[in-house]
Amino acid sequence: MSDARNGVMSLEEIQRAMAAAVLEPLTADEGMRERAADGRAMADVAASFIAPNGRLNAFQRLEIYNRQYWLRVLGSLEEDFPALRAVVGGNRFHALSVAYLTAHPSRSFTLRNLGSKLVEWLTAHPEFAGRRHALAVDVARIEWAFVVAFDSAGRAPLTLNHIAALDGGSRLSLQPHLQLMALAYAADELVLGLHQREKRLTSEAGVEHEREESAPEKLPRLRRKNTWLAAHRVDLSVYYRRLEREEYLTLDALRQGRPMSEALDEGFAGSAILEKQRAACVQGWFGTWAELGWICAPEAGA
Amino acid sequence: MPGNRFNAYQNHGVGIGLRIPHYEHIFARKPVVDWFEIISENYMIDAGRPLATLDRILEQYRVVQHGVSMYFGSVTAPDPEHLRRLKQLVRRTKTPWLSDHLCWGSVDGTYTHDLLPLPYTWEAVERTAERVRRVQDFLEIPVAVENVSSYAAFTASEMTEWDFLTEVVERADCGILLDVNNIYVSAMNHEFNPMDYVNAVPAHRVAQIHIAGHSKYEKYILDTHDHPVIDPVWDLYARAIERCGPRPTLLEWDDHIPSFDEVHAEALKANRYLHGQAPELVEAAR
Repeated sequence: MSDARNGVMSLEEIQRAMAAAVLEPLTADEGMRERAADGRAMADVAASFIAPNGRLNAFQRLEIYNRQYWLRVLGSLEEDFPALRAVVGGNRFHALSVAYLTAHPSRSFTLRNLGSKLVEWLTAHPEFAGRRHALAVDVARIEWAFVVAFDSAGRAPLTLNHIAALDGGSRLSLQPHLQLMALAYAADELVLGLHQREKRLTSEAGVEHEREESAPEKLPRLRRKNTWLAAHRVDLSVYYRRLEREEYLTLDALRQGRPMSEALDEGFAGSAILEKQRAACVQGWFGTWAELGWICAPEAGA
Repeated sequence: MPGNRFNAYQNHGVGIGLRIPHYEHIFARKPVVDWFEIISENYMIDAGRPLATLDRILEQYRVVQHGVSMYFGSVTAPDPEHLRRLKQLVRRTKTPWLSDHLCWGSVDGTYTHDLLPLPYTWEAVERTAERVRRVQDFLEIPVAVENVSSYAAFTASEMTEWDFLTEVVERADCGILLDVNNIYVSAMNHEFNPMDYVNAVPAHRVAQIHIAGHSKYEKYILDTHDHPVIDPVWDLYARAIERCGPRPTLLEWDDHIPSFDEVHAEALKANRYLHGQAPELVEAAR
């Protein structure tokens, strides 16, 4: 509450007012907006808690923080989604990033989680991706899977012998770093081709402006093709592996906690794989999963 | 005496920030470095390459943790998940002390990922000191708070920045990570004499010192950590050492990062001031 005696804002009021101003998107020429979201003149908002000095007025001083915020979060998103940027183009990526971050400002202490809702948001906002919307969503999904697979926990996997001793009623869990994706495009190779990935590096330093404009890259023409993909970590590196549809559905059901027999039923629902071939198929999957360390015992309490 | 209870009585010498572009050099050449400072948030993860790399570093070097998102001055309570992960990392690194900034950066669960300045009010003193105390109690190691560079001042402020810093650290009974580059940047942006700041800091609480470079714009200076340390900042450093005695010193270089050797050589210039500080001279300088 403001101090009624002298009109001075409380710490909480100052922080809310400053955060609201700092999170306001910049103008096209990367300045602070003239009006705050509530319609007040931003110069008045700034002057209500920021003091001018001999060189800068309150608006200009607040604008430094407004710019720093956007440079930092936009840079971080760009670092995590370089292939999405290449697919939609630099200008469109900038616009979608601003819209996304306005809808979903960071709710985490770490910039690592900044893109955690991007796939969901982009799916619901095709107007930001242009004619390559479905491809853009798939690319974003693959890139976010990389972020998660890169540093998520790894648990002790079950060996093939352990798995062989289980029955149809057994429940299993999957390696936490294993990410499963159902895609409309076989976009994994495209992403790998574009992924000259810089490692994220958090620091306390101010950010200088280095934005590059660019049109969408000339990409190889991709046809829609249902694709099932896993991102996982081996020896500290992230790899992508194509899955069969049935394999993906089975893994997905296992992740949701279904007993093994139910998971396999879900995996083969509507499948063209002949009944007589399924046992060999399942044996092959489990052999590969065990080799890759994807299968774990259920977590305690699960 | 180089150590005090705010840096666990450690005499770490001169270190540099651990940065990814230098990993290859460090592992291949195994250079002699007094210590590395890590940004805690880069390693507050469950697993993967960053932690594996950190473990390799820990086998050979002393590491001290420095955070960028504890936001001691934020009015909303710290995220318990943040604290849990930070403590987990503290156990891994065995950092003798830990630092973060005297600033705020989140409100109502939304994070700006910036080091926003505080109004220098008594209300802010009380709230910030309380939070530092709580974090220090939870982590069970000494905590040092770092003065930030700032570009804005508040109409609500009731004291100077150095008075504010002093009040917070006295009430929280914590250490200071004195960033002399940040003092210089803020002094230029707010038109005060940086030496007044260095002269006013409670010297016995200084656990560590940061040095860095910055970028000068037409109307303000930005703390970019992408240049060598300028002479006026070395002057502040010299005075700080004169008052505090030798203190663990760390060069920050975060952007346009040059070779390891270049960064290390820049940091080692601090040795010109660190050595030869007789205890009686330090006592007299206070």
